[in-house]
Order: sequence, then structure tokens, then C-alpha cells
Amino acid sequence: MLTIIIIILAIAFILYTLLGGADFGAGIIESLAGRREEVTISKAIAPVWEANHVWLILAVVILFTAFPMVYSSLSTVLHIPLMIVLLGIISRGTAFTFRHYDVVLDKSHKYYTLLFRVSSFVTPIFLGIILGAMMLGRITFDTSRSFYEVFMAPWLNIFCFSMGIFATCLFAYISAIFLVGETKIDRERKMYVRLSKRFMIGTMLTGLLVFTMASVSGHNLVKQFSQSITSIVTLVVATVLCPVIWHFLNKEKNKTVYLRIGVSLQVTLVLIGWFYIQFPVLIKLNNGTSLTFFNTQAPYATLYQLLIALIVGLIVIIPGFVYLFRVFKIKSNE
Amino acid sequence: MNDLLAARTQMAFSLGFHIIFACIGMTMPVLMAFSEWRWLRTGKEVFLDITKAWSKGVAIFFAVGAVSGTVLSFELGLLWPNFMQHAGAIIGMPFSWEGTAFFVEAIALGIFLYGWNKLNKWIHWASGVIVSISGVISGIFVVSANAWMNSPSGFDWVNGQAINIDPVKAMFNAAWLEQSIHMTLAAFIATSFAVAGVHAYLILRKGANAFHSQAVKTALIFGSVAAVLQPFSGDFSAKDVAKRQPEKLAALEALYKTGNHVELLIGGIPDNNEEKVNYAIRVPGGLSYLAKGDANAEVTGLDKFAKEDWPPVTITHIAFQLMVASGFFLAFVSVLYLIFSVKWRQVLMKKWWLILIACTTPLGFLAVEAGWTVTETGRQPWIIYGIMRTKDAVSPMPGLHYSFYVITLVYILLSLIIIWLMKRQIKYISQYYRTANET
Repeated sequence: MLTIIIIILAIAFILYTLLGGADFGAGIIESLAGRREEVTISKAIAPVWEANHVWLILAVVILFTAFPMVYSSLSTVLHIPLMIVLLGIISRGTAFTFRHYDVVLDKSHKYYTLLFRVSSFVTPIFLGIILGAMMLGRITFDTSRSFYEVFMAPWLNIFCFSMGIFATCLFAYISAIFLVGETKIDRERKMYVRLSKRFMIGTMLTGLLVFTMASVSGHNLVKQFSQSITSIVTLVVATVLCPVIWHFLNKEKNKTVYLRIGVSLQVTLVLIGWFYIQFPVLIKLNNGTSLTFFNTQAPYATLYQLLIALIVGLIVIIPGFVYLFRVFKIKSNE
Repeated sequence: MNDLLAARTQMAFSLGFHIIFACIGMTMPVLMAFSEWRWLRTGKEVFLDITKAWSKGVAIFFAVGAVSGTVLSFELGLLWPNFMQHAGAIIGMPFSWEGTAFFVEAIALGIFLYGWNKLNKWIHWASGVIVSISGVISGIFVVSANAWMNSPSGFDWVNGQAINIDPVKAMFNAAWLEQSIHMTLAAFIATSFAVAGVHAYLILRKGANAFHSQAVKTALIFGSVAAVLQPFSGDFSAKDVAKRQPEKLAALEALYKTGNHVELLIGGIPDNNEEKVNYAIRVPGGLSYLAKGDANAEVTGLDKFAKEDWPPVTITHIAFQLMVASGFFLAFVSVLYLIFSVKWRQVLMKKWWLILIACTTPLGFLAVEAGWTVTETGRQPWIIYGIMRTKDAVSPMPGLHYSFYVITLVYILLSLIIIWLMKRQIKYISQYYRTANET
């Protein structure tokens, strides 16, 4: 039962990376594109952005129900980056909604747009930082130490920062690929193709940066990856997919579906590879021990009820989601 | 400001902010679905226009509600990690159901907002009905998690650890039903009267037309029925609180001394040093009757509890008076409305009536805020009643008051922007909808 919950948590994580990532990335792409693209991008994300972010809520709920100790520890020691993420989520969501639904177009739109774009950068960086801090193993619960040691040092370092940059690049890459299929205008499409290629390279480079910074920070990711066959295979396949996607990007008539499947596969594979080396650790502590799925799991009765809710939920949600995306693609009768 | 007070105030602001959007998110889909149904049945354009005009506002409110709700799901841990560490496994279940219901709501709302002209009309309407149902259900789940804090059950507390956890029992705790009913009705009252009030105000400003008068009517149908039922639900709740949390009842009534034939206080300012209430209207035997159903029954006062277990009496008492006063005023207006709409329909277009309705705009929300102040402040000093004190649940991180300043500033700013945006939306209604233009 624990296994199924972990798998659902992993699925929520992957879907949030893909859907939420495409959504954050849209804000980044918009900053690099022109005024006209703003319209395409707004139209592309408006109907789905709220639903996309519910995956994050789902992950949080699973965490605090099934692994309450992990949730409470994280929110204690990573209070500051989590607070920044929250501010990012608030300002991004509201700024986008205000911009999209305000009936009047005037100067206020400039501020909404600015806020939307800035928070589209800041939030993924700090999401990456938080993930980095969970992996790195500098977290301590010894509150007798200094404020800096307990509440800052675990996340304020070069490895976590490289994770943040990597997440941001990855999100922009996912989003650029997604947007290629969202426009009919040739000039605009070319620009998304160009950005897709740049961010593909960017994602690979920042990926290497993460490995380098991990070694610098004494967290040997390369060694961990090389010890797991599965992880090596997933990384290799994900890399091999790069030229394939590049090839489809160069096609005059873009095969949008292949592009999207390709990038989803890449992200899923990289994440699965990472889950493999990480499992079952959720938070690595500085004293060498870890909080894992096993030593923090809630009692059987709780997991059982959670699983029922999740299964019923997924049975309802997934077809609903598919329907929402389809409705949105139907041309208006007007 | 000390960190505990900062954390409590931050939580209060976040909840107080979110609850407004939660109420709107529970009620507006029902009103919209009802209005769209009337359009489908009658073919009258005015109902379609009302639905569409409302849906523009709802899109904004829903997004802000989704965002402020996400914030809360993190804040529970950021501010009260020790609470979540123990409570997570016990009340995670209603939260996971709430997550599911909310997910369905978000998806169906997306279909509703973007499906105009794309779907079969009845399928579109059905998506609105799904939004309505899942909205109400998700509200009930969250309230049941709160009810558990008032009435913890479904576990045994041994040496500071929860064992023998039974999430189902925890969710269906002794308080869940009365709190859910009270809150659902409150959401309908607050939102419906606010909507009716705004449209009534627009009639006063711009003259009557079918658009605004039908909007007032639709909102008041729901608002008035809920407001008439609410005092009964309140009575049910008060009797339950008297049984389960006698010190909360004592605080909200500012009853310092236990006694028989206890008087009911209306209004008044508690004086904690002298342990008496000044300037109150007193109804002999009233409290005994309301709490126990017998004017001579004994009601427990604060004297039966150690002073360190007292809730803050002044805030709880005043908030309670505010809630009851606004609630009864709205119930009174609702009774008038129901009488007028059956017997004297012409009154409903009279200026004094419209002014009255316009004045009720904020009252329902005032009652909601005051009511949550009563239930949350009245539970203090406990975060889990009788089990864990709020001061033991707060985050050990020093400097929590900085979070408080930032979040408060953000919420104040957001509130101002939303008010300004709504003013703009309302100003442009007549440009977008033909039926809103006619007089």
C-alpha cells in the first residue's frame, strides 16, 4: 500500500514538473518574446493553469498525510525558501488572473505583466533550491545551533542554487516545446523553435552544472548515478531523445504531438532515474541519517484511507483533465 | 510582537482572507448554474447575460481563492509544524478528499468558463452543476478538519503521541455536522446578500432593468432561505458547544460565574478584572434556556476553569455579538423578502427596499469573519482542544514576525486591487451586456 502511495506521489511530482513546469516556463518564455506572443501565451495557459497547480497541492497533501514528519520538518527548516515560493505563487497567480480578466487595458497591465514574469523566474529557482536542500544533507534539527546554520545554510549554497537554475531552464524548455504547437503564425512558431533549441542546450548545460556543483559540495551525484543501471539507462535514453526532438523541430511541418511526447518522456525518464538513486530518502540530514518513506510513514489506517481518496480522485480527475484539454482545443462556434 | 502572536495573527489574516473567496467559490457556481438553467428553460437572454457577467467575476475570485488556499496548505506547516506532525496522519483524510473535490471543481470550472459556444448547452450547464456540488463538498471537508480541532477524536493520546489512529472517526467527529451546516449556510447568506446588494445598488444608481432586478431576485432566493434557516443551525451549534466546549460557550457569552437561571447578554463589554459585563441588555434565564433548553438549567461559567485555560473573553464575546446581530438582521430582511415576494411584490422595487438590500452587502461576510473569530479564538489556548496548546505547536524559527509583516502587506495590497478590479468590472457591465443597458 505504501508502494502505491509512493508511486502516486511520484506521478504527481512528474505531472507537476511537466504541467506546472510548462506553466512557469510560459512566463519565462513570455519575458524573452515580444508583445504579440503575450496573447498566444495567455490564451494557451489561461484555462489550465489552476488545474495544473493542483498537482502541487496533491503532493503537499500526500506528504502531510502519509509522511507528516517530513512535511513538518521541511516547513520548519526550509521556512525561508518556502515562504519565497509562496510569495511567488501568490503574485504569479493573481497577477496573471488580473491581467487576463481585467476588462480595461491600461497601465496596470504593465505591472501585472512585470509581476507575472518576475515570479515565473523566482518560483522555479526556489523550488529547485528546496529540492536541492532535501538532497544535499546539510539539514539539521538541532535548534541550539545558530540561526544561519539551521535555517539558512542547508539551502543557501552553490549546489541548491544550481538546482534552481536547472529547474528554471528545464521549465522554459518544456514550455517552449509546448508553445510550438500553440500558434498558427509562422514567425511566432519559428521563434518558439529557436527558443526550444536554446533551452534544450541550456538544460543540458545546467544539468552538468548540477553534477559539478554536487561534487564541489561533497554530494557525489555522479557516483550515485553510475551505481544504478536503471538511472544510467534513463539518463542515456533521455539524452538520445535530444537529437530526435531537434530533428522534429527542424521539420518545416512540425509534428507537435511527437515533440510533446518526446519532451514528456525525457522529463519522466530523468525524474525516474533520479527517484531510483534517491529512494527511499526524502530528506538527508547532516548527521548522516535520513528521513525516508519508511521511517516517517503514517499508520496503516491513515495510509489506507488516503489511498482510497487518491484512487477515487484519480479515476475522476484524469478523464476530467483530458476532457478539459479537449474542450479547450475545440474551435468556438461563434 | 512575539512570534506566537505573529504566527497566530498571520494565520488569522490568511484564513480571514481565504474564507471570503471560499464562500464565493461555494455559492456563486450554484447561482450561476441556477441562472443558466433559467436561460435554458425560458430562452430569455437576460439570464444568459447574468450568468456570463457573474462568471467573469467568479474567474477572478476563484483564482485568488485557489492561490490563497495553496498558501494555507503550506502555512499550516510553516507556522504550526508540531501540530501538523501529529495531526497530519489523523486529519489528512478530509484534506485529501478536499483536494480531490477541489481538483474536480477546478477542472469543471475551466470547462464552464471556456466552454461557452463550444459545448452542447446542457453539457455546459452540467459542468456548472459539477462545480457547484464539488465546491460545497470541498468546503465541508475542510470544515470537518477544523471541527476535529474543536472536537478531537479518532486517536488515543499517549505520552505526547497519537496512537490507534482512526481517520474516519476523526473526520466524522462530534462537531463536523453542525459546523458544516452552519458554514455552508453562512457561505450562501454572505455571498447571496453581497451579490443582491451590489445589483440593488446599481439599480439605485442607474435605474431598474430586467438584468439587475433578476440578478437581485436570483441571489435573494438562495440568500433568504439560507438566512432563515441559519438561526436554527446556530442554536444547534450553541447547544453542542455548551456540551463539548463549556469554556468556549462561557467566553462567547462572557459568563464568568457558573449558575442556574443564567441571563442571556445582548451586547456589552466584558471587564476581565472585575469579571463582569458592562452595558449589556440582559434577558433573565435566556442563556440557560438557549444552551440547555430549560430556563432554570445550570450553565458552566469560566470560574470552573483555571485562568490559563480561558479563551480571550473580550474578543470572543464581541465577535459573537457581531455575528449574531448581523445574522439576525439578515434573517429578518429575509423573512420580509419572502413575505413581500409572495404577497406584495411591488414593494421589492421600492427605493427604501433597494436601499435596505444595498446596505446588507457586507453583513453576511462580517458575520462569517466574526463567526470564525469566535470558533478559533474561543478554542484558545488550545490548537487541538484539550490535547495540544497553540504555544507548543508554533514553529521554533526565530523572527516569524517578518513573515507576518510580508504576508499581511501582500494581503492588504491584494484586497485593494480586487476591490478596484471589481469596481471596474461592474462599471463595464452595461457595455458588454445588452440587457444590462435597457431601462
